[in-house]
Amino acid sequence: MGKTYAGVSVNVNEEGYLTDLNQWTKEIATEMAAEEELELSDDHWKVFDYLQEQQRNEVSLSIRKVGKSGVVSIKEFYALFPKGPLKISSKLAGIPKPASCI
Amino acid sequence: MQDLLILGAGTSGTMMANHLKKQLPQGWQITIIDQEETHYYQPGFLFLPFDIYKSSQVKKSIKKFIPKGVKLINKKIEKIDKENDKVILKNGKEISYDILIIATGTQIAPDEVEGMLGDHWYKSIFDFYTYEGAKKLRNKLRKWKGGDLLVHITEMPIKCPVAPLEFAFLADAYFEEKGMRNKVNIKYVTPLSGAFTKPTATKELTHLLEKKNIEIVPDFAIEHVDGENKKIVDYGGDELSYDLLVTVPTNMGDSAIERSGFGDELNYVPTNKATLQSNVKENIFAIGDATNVPASKAGSVAHFEAEILTDNILRFINNEPLKEEFDGHANCFIETGHGKALLIDFNYTHEPVTGTFPFAGVGPLNLLKETHTNHWGKLAFRWIYWNLLITGKHIPFVSATMSEKGKNFKEVEELV
Repeated sequence: MGKTYAGVSVNVNEEGYLTDLNQWTKEIATEMAAEEELELSDDHWKVFDYLQEQQRNEVSLSIRKVGKSGVVSIKEFYALFPKGPLKISSKLAGIPKPASCI
Repeated sequence: MQDLLILGAGTSGTMMANHLKKQLPQGWQITIIDQEETHYYQPGFLFLPFDIYKSSQVKKSIKKFIPKGVKLINKKIEKIDKENDKVILKNGKEISYDILIIATGTQIAPDEVEGMLGDHWYKSIFDFYTYEGAKKLRNKLRKWKGGDLLVHITEMPIKCPVAPLEFAFLADAYFEEKGMRNKVNIKYVTPLSGAFTKPTATKELTHLLEKKNIEIVPDFAIEHVDGENKKIVDYGGDELSYDLLVTVPTNMGDSAIERSGFGDELNYVPTNKATLQSNVKENIFAIGDATNVPASKAGSVAHFEAEILTDNILRFINNEPLKEEFDGHANCFIETGHGKALLIDFNYTHEPVTGTFPFAGVGPLNLLKETHTNHWGKLAFRWIYWNLLITGKHIPFVSATMSEKGKNFKEVEELV
């Protein structure tokens, strides 16, 4: 599926997650954030950097792992992305929805 | 003499000892270490609280299932010294190995959530993932007068991810049979966005929850338990009140893995998901709940892994390349109460769908459908477990890798 963010057409899956991290830009994240009614702060961008780095290293992600990363605590993570922080932050960071739930 | 050492004599470790005893070449000694003397039939813990099984039906001696010629050591493990290929016991004794299989499983860690373990543990807060918890919960339910019952999952992954759903279904039937269902309000509280992790099964299970008047509360990530005021609070500040909280606490791998310095954030062993060789060192393998492979933590998964791991251990000994064969195959019955059950069969890439099992178009078991035959399958499984499964015998007609025959995968494509 294709979708247009910030005037650029990108590939997304049926849940709206980018299928290619290389297509991600800050402008895309900002527009996706608006869809989630979020205004992005420095801390949000730090979380995206961390998530993308984990994705590039093929490390599987969980809320617990983010909480232990030193980037944000679990409480802060929830404050940044209320209701489903990992799902929402992954989407905005342009990485696949984490399969931490089997 | 060369040494193969197995850590843990639960479902996985016992199966491996039985498989390898028959297949390892001459000149190999197998040793297995476990601190326990009792082997529990863990699927039975689900039935204990509802007086469906007696406690004697879920435990036997560990010794009974360790084959002759395999050395059993009943001691606690301190840590694995991977550099020097040895395991250090709590009493300081050292045991060397040429090949190590880690089968130390997973345990509940109620102390990971503030307020869970404390004055109210086993009074108004219970688990059913331990023999002790399931028995104490049974005694509580026998006297309980009703109120708000929360069936709760703390965080994923958990052992047997369908067990809390089964608990909710069985609770519905139990209170109905006691003539007090109208006095009990059952809520199913989960950190997931729905009843289960896979879309088609979630749709079926949500329908069943609704039919049984069980309310589902999704996306609830618990922050703490307020035992005094009997409520759970999530990171978003949402609160849920209870009279009885039945929780599945955080699941974690054995602390010996943490002490050995190579576990992930939940003490699981980093493991190749296709070969079951660990990423720690080439002579260390892992199986069952102890691994971090993205498959369900379930006895059926361990059973399928055991067949493949046995082959790979033999290949490793012969200096042959390992088979990348494990596909994440899981096969789980889901008890739904009133003598019925569902069956799901899935792997890393294929979600559970409807169909027939194990014979395409024939059954006799039905996938993702509530039937009496499935329930009898689940009850028969206790016999299969004690007599075939942990003794390393093949279960007829069920292969280690998942079969796509008899399954309605088309439906999934249409849904997507």
